[in-house]
Amino acid sequence: MSSKRPKSKEARKSKGKDKSNETNPTPDGGALESGHPDYIFPLVLTSATQELFGCRADEDVTGENPYKLLKKEDIIKDMKTRASVSDFSPVKQLVLDYPEDELLLVFDRDFTYGQSFYLVLTVEAKENILKPSVEGDEEQMKEEEVEEEEMIIPKTPVSHPWISLGSEQEIEEESVTESRPRLRYKISPLLRHCGAPVCFSDRSALDEKEGFVECPSYQDKSFSIREMEKHTAIQASCDTKHSSTQTLWKYPKNMWTQYEPREFSPEEKEHHLRSEHLKNFITSVLIRFEISLQQNYITDVFCDDWTALCEDDGMLAGKTETQLKEYQTFMDLHFSKEKTISHVHWHPTISGVIAVAMTERLSLEERIDNSTKLLLNPSYILFWNFTDPINPQLQLECPDDVLCFQFCPSDPNIIAGGCMNGQVVLWDISAHVERLQDTRSSSKNISNKLDKNNVTPVVRYCAVSGIENGHKAPITDIQWLPETFELSKLGIPVENPSRISVQLVTCAPDCSVLFWDLRPPRVVSHSLTDVKQKSEEKPLENPHGVPNTFKHLNLTWKPFIRVSLPKIGSSGEYSPLKFSLRDNTVDSPTGDKPPQNTDREEGCGFAQLRVPSAKQQKPLENISTKLYVGTEEGELVYTDWKMEKDNDSGRLLSTKPIHRFPLHDTLVNTVSRSPFFKDIILTVGSSSFAIWKEGVTNGPILMSAFSKKMLTVGHWSLSRPAVFFIGKEDGSIEVWDLLQNTHEPSQSQNISSAGITCIRTSSISSKQHLLAVSDCLGTLHILQIPWTLRRSSNSEKQIVRKYLEKEEERLEYFEKRQIKHEKEKKEMEAEQQRKKTEPVLPLKQEEELEAEALKKYEQFLALEKDILKNMGLLNGMEDSSDM
Amino acid sequence: MAEVEDTLKRIQGINGVIGTIVVNAEGIPIKTTLDNSTTVQYAGLLHQLTMKARSTVRDIDPQNDLTFLRIRSKKHEIMVSTDKEYLLIVIQNPAE
Repeated sequence: MSSKRPKSKEARKSKGKDKSNETNPTPDGGALESGHPDYIFPLVLTSATQELFGCRADEDVTGENPYKLLKKEDIIKDMKTRASVSDFSPVKQLVLDYPEDELLLVFDRDFTYGQSFYLVLTVEAKENILKPSVEGDEEQMKEEEVEEEEMIIPKTPVSHPWISLGSEQEIEEESVTESRPRLRYKISPLLRHCGAPVCFSDRSALDEKEGFVECPSYQDKSFSIREMEKHTAIQASCDTKHSSTQTLWKYPKNMWTQYEPREFSPEEKEHHLRSEHLKNFITSVLIRFEISLQQNYITDVFCDDWTALCEDDGMLAGKTETQLKEYQTFMDLHFSKEKTISHVHWHPTISGVIAVAMTERLSLEERIDNSTKLLLNPSYILFWNFTDPINPQLQLECPDDVLCFQFCPSDPNIIAGGCMNGQVVLWDISAHVERLQDTRSSSKNISNKLDKNNVTPVVRYCAVSGIENGHKAPITDIQWLPETFELSKLGIPVENPSRISVQLVTCAPDCSVLFWDLRPPRVVSHSLTDVKQKSEEKPLENPHGVPNTFKHLNLTWKPFIRVSLPKIGSSGEYSPLKFSLRDNTVDSPTGDKPPQNTDREEGCGFAQLRVPSAKQQKPLENISTKLYVGTEEGELVYTDWKMEKDNDSGRLLSTKPIHRFPLHDTLVNTVSRSPFFKDIILTVGSSSFAIWKEGVTNGPILMSAFSKKMLTVGHWSLSRPAVFFIGKEDGSIEVWDLLQNTHEPSQSQNISSAGITCIRTSSISSKQHLLAVSDCLGTLHILQIPWTLRRSSNSEKQIVRKYLEKEEERLEYFEKRQIKHEKEKKEMEAEQQRKKTEPVLPLKQEEELEAEALKKYEQFLALEKDILKNMGLLNGMEDSSDM
Repeated sequence: MAEVEDTLKRIQGINGVIGTIVVNAEGIPIKTTLDNSTTVQYAGLLHQLTMKARSTVRDIDPQNDLTFLRIRSKKHEIMVSTDKEYLLIVIQNPAE
């Protein structure tokens, strides 16, 4: 705004300047007009004015100091006083308009603006002039600078016309503009055609060839343009990069570290122990420890009485539960008439199958009388199955009455039996075992089976021992040796690598116990004759389809060890009836270890086995070679079966029996080991039974009272250690429970009318325990063992063991007492003897005796007097002498 | 020190006590009636367990503190009493 003013002022000044130039038309004025700026007003000042304002030329103002500030008021006063004469009259208006109080008068020595003085009319100019300027002394330059400085002072941007720098040319080139006006064409048909009726129709452009015209693009080779410039669009994008990394695979490495617990040195421990703190701590906590420790000692708070109680309570049972319930009875009409069952055996693997040996119920004389008839009626072993109570499943033909038989523990298809004539018989029922198994499972097919084959198959024995080499008396007991060991020629138990039971033990009242081997004996040299014989034997076929299992043994079989039982202390021999080995296969429950049939080929195993040489066999240490034998005279003999070599004759002799217990008065019919305790033996005689412990030589641990009826058989229970069964002559069974009563049976039950001949328990199924009882009349009863007799409590074995140990102690105690009694008796006798040998004293005379007595009496009276005197009680001394 | 000995003897003499161990705050045994390896094992394990039990009690209620810890196992009973600086462990066989 203020800039406008100088312009306006310049405009007026220029006008004013023209006027002033008219008054002073000098050539300098013309030059000055073009030279001096508008705010400079050249003045002429008379010397009077100069003196008035103090700006005399060359005196107040000089060339070096040309500036003089004049007060506006003075100028106005001067103008008023001298009106038109005043030098300031031409600038009167200007001075009046001047905003400030002081105007600048500049002595123009060089007459740059045409006069000797000039007046600065603007404030800015004044300031600019007065300001010391560095640029130059020339006033013009200063003025110009002042002018320029005025322009540079920052102001709001003022719109200026756009100055082209050349960038619009490109845009102008690109833009499309019409270079000429557009041409317009109007096409119309002839006028005469307009308005005429027209008929429109459709026509597809594709219908005719000439329907449309196209101008496709084509490459014109005559015309090519090289593209010099190309417009492309570019977009920036970031680079994609594929990269991968792999972690370091550290393979697992075993590392270990070892550390030690921190411990205190003894000094530190001492230091701690002495500290007061520890003492206080311990004395403070002591009480709670004592309380807790005593609490625990008084009672066990965590003991569960309820569970501990129920175990002992298991013995209580209702009345109905204790009886042996009849389950089934087997009686064969064809074959069991007039016969008794001598032996019963459950099939070891197939449940529900039981084998029964039938013998004639004849005494010896009758046998001899009817021997011819007996030869025509062979005896059998019958196999019964629960599913078919009428017909036996299988019949084994025996050469003679079989008194005892056993299934082979490693192969249940092999059965060994001992006959009345002293022969050992072997059967192989592998061919018929499916029949036994089939009928077990399907009870619905009974009617079908009955129609198919009414005849039960008869299996002939496949081997018998030679008569001359076997027993001379009926074989009363036969047992297999377990498959874990076998015996060498000397009777030493050695390891059995084949794990098949190959050896048998038999005993008979001909005073011998024989060991038999099922394998063919060792042949030292194959002679031609042997080979010939073998080839001759081949065409011989076995009649009746007997399997060839034991062909090598038939009729030539002989035992390899013969143990005789010479009597201790006297001549003669014991005649064994029953025997029991420590490691036997009869008494232990066999339900847990079924034989592996898949490993063995059926039937031909035994022929291939060979008796190994003595060097290869490894003797086993822990097999006991001793056996208990029950004899005909009612004795229990404890002997060893090992043979020892007699140095003189070179023969093998058996050792003398170790112990002998004469207990029962008649023959022993059962020697059986407890299945739970290997060293507890039950022997049953005719009128009593006894329990023995192996190693205790004083006598039986328990002996029963003599019973009225004859006891015929005894059998341990397989599930309860304290229970055993005794069969009696009148057909009843007694159940003895050692934990309840030892003087009488816990229960007694009558099974049949005839005497019991054999009792056997079956333990194949855990839910159902069956008792097979056979009687004299040939009937086989199957009874169910009640739960109480079947289930043993957890501690029963321990209790029984403790009881037996107590009994043993009792025996020992009795023994000791006996010895002591004897000693005392001896001493007494010795003393009596001594007394007798002493010299007899002469009889004293009666008078002498009286005199002596009187003397003694007087001595007594004197003594009495003394005592009374001493005591001071002697009052009537005269009276006492008369007493 | 004699008092400490007497008190420990008294505890040891109670019926059924198998062993007594005095342990410092870091789990290093100071005095024991058992053999070294057993002692070290008991001390280390029970020390950790006691610390855990104590922190449990204090987390529930910061004003509370653990006084006595009894561990009943099938065969033994282990009792631990704790202090700021020491731990007393007693092992008893409570079966009569």
